[in-house]
Amino acid sequence: MPEQTHTRYGSNIGQPLTRREGLLKVTGSARFAADNHPEGMLYAALATSTIARGRVTFLDVAAAKAHPGVVDVIVPGNTPQLAFDPDDKDSPFTFRMDVLQNDRVRYANQAIAVVIGETLEAATEGAALLAPRYDVEPARMGLDGNETFVPPAVGVGEPPDIDNGGDVDAGLAGSAKRVDATYETPAQYHNAMEPHAIVAQWDGDKLTVDTPSQALTMGQGRIAQLFGIDPANILIRSPFLGGGFGSKALMKGPQILGIMAARRTGRPVKLVLRRDQMFGPVGHRAPTRQTVRMGTDDSGQIQAIHHHNHTATSSFDDFFEPAANLSHTLYAAPALKTTHTAVRLDTGTPLFMRAPGEASGSIALESAVDEMAEACGMDPLAFRLKNYAEVEPISGKPFSSKNLRECYEQGAAAFGWSKRAAAPRTMRDEAGLLVGWGMGTATFPALIFAADARATLKADGTGLVEIGAQDMGQGAWTALAQIAADGLGLDIDQVEFRMGSSDLPNGGIAGGSGHTATAGNAIHAAGGDVIAKLARLATDDQRSPLFGAGNAGVVARDGRLVRRDDESRGESYADILARAGLPALEGQGSAGADQDAQKRYAMHAHGAVFAEVKVDPELGQIRCTRLVGAFAAGRVINPRLVRSQYFGGMIWGVSFALHEEAVMDHRSGRPLNANLGEYHVPVNADIPSLEAILVDEKDSIINALGVKGVGEIGITGTAGAIANAVYHATGVRVRQAPIRLERLLGDLPLAAE
Amino acid sequence: MNRFDYIRAESVADAVKAKASDSQARFIAGGTNILDLMKYDVERPTRLVDITRLPLAEIAERPDGGLRIGALVSNAKLAYDERVRQRFPLLSSAILAGASAQLRNAASTGGNLLQRTRCYYFYDTATPCNKREPGSGCPAIAGVNRIHAILGTSEHCIATHPSDMCVALAALGATVEVEGPGGARSIAFGDFHRLPGATPEVDTTLRADEIIVSVDVPAQDYGQHYTYLKLRDRLSYAFALVSVAVALKVDGGAVTEARIALGGVAHKPWRDEAAERLLVGRPAGLDAFKAVADHILAPAVGRSQNTFKIGLARKAIIRALSQAAAGTPQSQVDKRIQ
Repeated sequence: MPEQTHTRYGSNIGQPLTRREGLLKVTGSARFAADNHPEGMLYAALATSTIARGRVTFLDVAAAKAHPGVVDVIVPGNTPQLAFDPDDKDSPFTFRMDVLQNDRVRYANQAIAVVIGETLEAATEGAALLAPRYDVEPARMGLDGNETFVPPAVGVGEPPDIDNGGDVDAGLAGSAKRVDATYETPAQYHNAMEPHAIVAQWDGDKLTVDTPSQALTMGQGRIAQLFGIDPANILIRSPFLGGGFGSKALMKGPQILGIMAARRTGRPVKLVLRRDQMFGPVGHRAPTRQTVRMGTDDSGQIQAIHHHNHTATSSFDDFFEPAANLSHTLYAAPALKTTHTAVRLDTGTPLFMRAPGEASGSIALESAVDEMAEACGMDPLAFRLKNYAEVEPISGKPFSSKNLRECYEQGAAAFGWSKRAAAPRTMRDEAGLLVGWGMGTATFPALIFAADARATLKADGTGLVEIGAQDMGQGAWTALAQIAADGLGLDIDQVEFRMGSSDLPNGGIAGGSGHTATAGNAIHAAGGDVIAKLARLATDDQRSPLFGAGNAGVVARDGRLVRRDDESRGESYADILARAGLPALEGQGSAGADQDAQKRYAMHAHGAVFAEVKVDPELGQIRCTRLVGAFAAGRVINPRLVRSQYFGGMIWGVSFALHEEAVMDHRSGRPLNANLGEYHVPVNADIPSLEAILVDEKDSIINALGVKGVGEIGITGTAGAIANAVYHATGVRVRQAPIRLERLLGDLPLAAE
Repeated sequence: MNRFDYIRAESVADAVKAKASDSQARFIAGGTNILDLMKYDVERPTRLVDITRLPLAEIAERPDGGLRIGALVSNAKLAYDERVRQRFPLLSSAILAGASAQLRNAASTGGNLLQRTRCYYFYDTATPCNKREPGSGCPAIAGVNRIHAILGTSEHCIATHPSDMCVALAALGATVEVEGPGGARSIAFGDFHRLPGATPEVDTTLRADEIIVSVDVPAQDYGQHYTYLKLRDRLSYAFALVSVAVALKVDGGAVTEARIALGGVAHKPWRDEAAERLLVGRPAGLDAFKAVADHILAPAVGRSQNTFKIGLARKAIIRALSQAAAGTPQSQVDKRIQ
């Protein structure tokens, strides 16, 4: 933890400010990537494969070129030369991509050509006129029927099999009560409102791109690698993202194709994916089949947990949904192990999607815990408290902070959990609907990545803070500006805050729920660096009323430095700079993981989610009517935005439990519902009364600001809570997400029969 | 999307002429379906004939006390029209169960009748589909068919008609008034949509050179005993897995008239008049309702993923009849099933 050289008082952190860019967004004046139209711009449209596996044998390029307005057609063989093989991999974050390097088709909706036109319409019709022919090979689909193997690693580099040294089989054999249940989750696609889009323009070997990116510096590095140019020659502008959810964390093939199209034509080019084209090349959440084996003694104390996940990746790259690993942190178990297996399918490569691993793993584990509690004859909350992990079960490490007990307590109280009937299918509302109450525990690791920031104090005493951070819609423009202002001891209106561009200091990744911790700590440290320099100027200067106070004897507040021992003695930032003859004072800050603390502590955010569903007793229609979540995630920078993140996560949990599913045709390998009409996410009518409780939690170990992440945790816990509520309402345990009414119907006879 | 000509029709005769002169021409009104179909390359019209300026956007009184609904009346205007709400609440309810507020604002009455199936395979030009490319095959029969038809299917097609409004219109015994080069004619609603048979590419009995000018609903008195019950995967903006429109007249506890139509189960709104007759003269109670449901569903055939629809439809018919008989219609505001 960095040493605090002085004290800064800020009134900005902790305030529920509204989004600073909100007016721009609601008036349509926020400029998203596809809103850019540089002079002379052309439009590129992808032609995408209609098969999932095989080779392209023919494209009617002549027909496309003959179409009025078509300028160029890029196919394998006439692409600009790349400096790095797109099928090479030099890090776990380098994912193989399809940029017309050959005629192979590896999944449905893969790019097989790019048509460039003077208008979007010309390019689009040109792409349709290519009328491809193929050598088709049978698609390999589904979790069965293909060779199962143990992946070399899951997630980004975790071992596939992990245990805590306990003997799981012996633990299960010796258990008085056991659960052995298998849960399935389907493939899901990120489907951010804003599709992947790029506007690329070259000027010699200099490249400017407007594209949504959750990781500007990484994106810059990837483009530089592929095109063999200096990263410093690449400017990526990404002031706003219309959602990312992980799918915009890495440069994807279509974005590279847009840059290639600009290279080839020598003109600026815009390429925007159609919704159906997002079901393939830009990642998805892989399907899982998870088996949880769990056993307890007579008192309900867990003796052993084995969480196994069987998942899928693409035929040509590795990303394995680390779903079982969620079990590492939540419930105390003397014997605990997680294992993974996988198959290779003819789909695009899966990728991290909001709470990757945790979301899928949570619905399985929380359902299994509910089944275990019932087997023990215990209330689900009492069972969780009985098996509360005082140390991280997989590692034995203490938690840097863990206020989960308080989450359980506050959430249960707000929900009214104590009035829950123990037996399923015994609660009804006044209209006769079956009522179910279920709960789940939420958890997400508290991550932090490397980042740098720059803070400048100007002659007039106002500040400028700069960082290449990214706002995916989570509110970084606001929350980070609050931190920036407090870092400089200024009011937020006295600070100009710049972010969202790759020519600013590396803001790290907006992902892993780590962006506020990452960028925020870098920003705060940069402010601290400026104030330390300023304090030195004053306290070393005999003309200053602060002379001799020493750095630690000075407090920065409201644009002034004052003596800690006598706050009436002080002077303004502007006066200090003026006397020193300085036009500005610049400071640097950085953030990153504290390796020592990470070795010693487990770091996670926690929460408890309580769900009510109502189910028609005959027709099986399920409606989630109430969700209460209580979360402890360290220091809250902006309660309004944090609550909004929890709501977003909880709504995603509704989606996971009841709606989302990519419907695949196993013969053709094609996703059939590749549009937002048929790929269901909840609409307003599906979203219940939501309550998110912000539970106090102080963590002096995790990072200087004491911030954990809030972006993904809301999904975990929620999906399982809803599944458990459906069971409680109906007495029917559905172990397959999403829970569809036909999975209940057989057990819901007509009342009169 | 292909290149196409665009012309604006100034009169009904003008529109008919423009379409008759070009077999690949299509009318466009709200555009809520034709534009999707064009973007997916399912439809590649050579010419779009914009009919939105035609004088067909009014709801007029018919001499018999019924209503003449102009083909260009928007779904939203129709659903919220006070006469419709008072005299044909079943129609209003069915419309409000469908689509979204935005779509209902744009979609027209005639266009609603002519919307095409939402079968996944129909929309995916990479796959065969007898409706899109006659003779190419039906991948839904042995494929993903959870949302498909259980009644009136053929070996060539198991697609459903997606409309909610049309289910109510079928129950209400509407007529479709059309004009063509040979003049005007009237098509009974039950004859307007077709079953797929061996020619699933033909959705309706409207001829290629005809235009819908209005949908006429005869006077009737189902204002007390009606309901539109829709079951779907989310509570709004989702097509029906099964929907049921019911309109009854009940006198002293006995049914004197009954209309029942189903959506989401067939290539057309499914009305079974023999089943309706089973109700007449019987007490409005469970025994009669079950008999009706069993009669309607006797010919139902499930496929690998949609067999549940048979049992669901049975329960839905019984529930809808119960709602209608009790005079407690399904609310489309609060989406809760009652």
